[in-house]
Amino acid sequence: MTIHALFSTLSQSLWVWLATDVLLWLLFVLFLFSVVVIVRSPLQRAVWQKVFRQRLAVVSTVLLAIAACFALLDSIHLREPLPRLTPEASVRYSVEVNSVLDLILTDLRKNHEKTYSAPLAVNLAALEPVTVSMPDGAVEVRREAPRLKVAGSIFPPGPVNDTTYWLDVLQRVSFGALGGALLFALLWLGCLMARRVLTSNPQSNRVAWRWVGLTLGVVFITGGVFTGLSTNFHVFGTDKVGQDVLYQVLKSLRTALVIGLVPTLVTLPLGIALGLSAGYFRGKVDDVIQYIYTTVSAVPGVLLIAASVLSIQVMIDNHPEWFATAVERGDIRLLALCIILGMTSWTGIARLLRGEALKMREYDYVQAARAFGVGAGQILLRHVLPNVFPIILITLVMEFSSLVLAEAVLSYIGIGVDPTMFSFGLMINNARMELSRDPVVWWSLTAAFLFMVILVLAANLLADAVRDALDPRSEGQS
Amino acid sequence: MFAYILRRVLYAIPILIGVNLITFALFFMVNSPDDMARMQLGVKRVTPEAIQQWKAERGYDKPLFLNETSAGVAQITDTIFYSKSLTLFAGEFGRSEDGREIGREIRERMGPSLAIAIPTFLVGLGLTVSLSLFLVLFRGTWLDRTGVVLCVGLMSISSLFFIIGGQFIFARMLQLVPISGYESNPLVAWHFLILPVTVAVVAGIGSSTRWYRTLFLEEIGKDYVRTARAKGLSDTAVLFRHVLRNGLIPILTGVVVVIPTLFMGSLLIESFFGIPGLGSYTIDAIAAQDFAVVRAMVFLGSGLYLLGLILTDLSYTLVDPRIRLK
Repeated sequence: MTIHALFSTLSQSLWVWLATDVLLWLLFVLFLFSVVVIVRSPLQRAVWQKVFRQRLAVVSTVLLAIAACFALLDSIHLREPLPRLTPEASVRYSVEVNSVLDLILTDLRKNHEKTYSAPLAVNLAALEPVTVSMPDGAVEVRREAPRLKVAGSIFPPGPVNDTTYWLDVLQRVSFGALGGALLFALLWLGCLMARRVLTSNPQSNRVAWRWVGLTLGVVFITGGVFTGLSTNFHVFGTDKVGQDVLYQVLKSLRTALVIGLVPTLVTLPLGIALGLSAGYFRGKVDDVIQYIYTTVSAVPGVLLIAASVLSIQVMIDNHPEWFATAVERGDIRLLALCIILGMTSWTGIARLLRGEALKMREYDYVQAARAFGVGAGQILLRHVLPNVFPIILITLVMEFSSLVLAEAVLSYIGIGVDPTMFSFGLMINNARMELSRDPVVWWSLTAAFLFMVILVLAANLLADAVRDALDPRSEGQS
Repeated sequence: MFAYILRRVLYAIPILIGVNLITFALFFMVNSPDDMARMQLGVKRVTPEAIQQWKAERGYDKPLFLNETSAGVAQITDTIFYSKSLTLFAGEFGRSEDGREIGREIRERMGPSLAIAIPTFLVGLGLTVSLSLFLVLFRGTWLDRTGVVLCVGLMSISSLFFIIGGQFIFARMLQLVPISGYESNPLVAWHFLILPVTVAVVAGIGSSTRWYRTLFLEEIGKDYVRTARAKGLSDTAVLFRHVLRNGLIPILTGVVVVIPTLFMGSLLIESFFGIPGLGSYTIDAIAAQDFAVVRAMVFLGSGLYLLGLILTDLSYTLVDPRIRLK
């Protein structure tokens, strides 16, 4: 889809704001806000420069940022207008809800094959009876893998010559890589110019910019190669219903990010408020809060999630009139899952913060503030909270990776995201059966594995780097 | 000592009541028994009579908390809360959807669960402690750094991949072990157990090794280690004689919590490898939306978790003489 066509579709469509869209964008705004706060305060800036002086931290951040870009593009949903039957008829909108990412990837989304096909294949990965007319006029039925509908359609019908095939692949790879490299070079040049203009003293900036460039370069070139190949092939093959696996993986990024991030909107308020007040006020308050979190953590997490998801599923099934489209129904289930995950995972952070608050209430500056008659709320907000901020941040990044991993398990058990959506868990779940086929269908699993590992590994490495830089206790350890 | 244990057990009771209330709220108030009946009966057979009969068969036709039609004590005992929730305390789990007794099912399935869980636990603990000691011995070198990165890498791989990959490579391609199944005869059982146990151990290596390494490193920075070194002990002697023993305190207390929950089995491993344990029982119950079983498992799981907490406190006193129970 060209950029012009994209914008004209955007201007004519009915915009649909799903609940998780709003929350994801809200989180993005919060993130931008905290970046501004950090950049403005010299102290915070110094701390974060310490984080980003580490190569792995920089590489992980860039990768996570790219995943976030995909997720955010995938979080603007709209319904395209249907063609009018008569000129004076009012505009009606399609029931199909698409995101901006869907529109950008229209080719990937719509180019369906019949069933499984291997990465970069031109033939189906299944045999079908084909009638072949012999030169002597007889007709013979053979079982062979027919050519694909979309992939390799520029080749003439019949078996594809090896040389033609590889020359075509090579051509698309090199053009794609070149395009990606060119785009990256332009972007990087722009950044360099901007930096020259904006910063007076380039030496003071010790962030590992070279690694930002290197990662971005690799990602852009890979993206270029994928785009180049996608013009004639399915880069990661197709699945059972013939859908492009690359498209599924890119769509799964949003689900993973929603599952990893949105629960924090529940965990943070609960964990901070209960944890800090338990530690700070002690006594009765502490007893009650400890009772609550021991009770919640005593219930096996999976079972609590299962029970809640089943209950909500019943509620959704009983009220089909609440939802205009299937996407909205899936989205509500996703939101419910996020809330439940948040409700079950706040106990860890609450326990940590309780311990910190217990320690911190005896510190001199807190005692001094109390002696001056500062209220408990003010003390917690101004003196305790800023000092536990590193702990909160590290827990959040670590929580992110464990939530992304948990999604896969929950989807396997059948209490994860709605089966109509795309997610790594659902892909893995489907791929399980595919491994026992002949020939082995390995590409869905591999693609899901690659993207999921990169995402989770990036989060884990970032958490490590942040801990090394922010947590004074780990100083000099590793 | 005895008084302490008694107090801890008494403290566990209100928590179990809390768990009970949470599950009761989830199963009976968010979803009315009518919804459950509709779900179990399927779309075709739903008639008001069928729902009534389904509820009556299972005793779900009573009021939630207070039965005003009865008299005396029966006002409280003849309710769903009393008959379905409070009886869990007495170990009466009731019957599952297919009419089997849940209590007996649990007793039968405990064996296979433990056959997987105990070897996994022991081998995993031994392996991760040795690995982390190894990393600590070579701390600051490239060996340590690669080890930590490897651990983070292992942590980032979903356990589903380990299971699927292990089954594919060892059972399907190399055909060394059967792909799934179970046999109660111990002479044959190891055949079925070796792959699930290996997969479970490998899946857990990353996070525990890294955690134990941090614990040991924390120990190594303490004064007594410096003293030991100053009096001329070699690096290995310090590590194995002093650091290991002190580092084991947090490790032991960390794993004691897990011991009672071993009974619950592992959900994923058991269901992938077809082991008839409590983990696969739970998964099947979730898939069949069998609320009676899920309720029983929630109760059992939280009871075992609380037992683990009590055992943790006790184990502190056993391994660390500085801590006394009051």
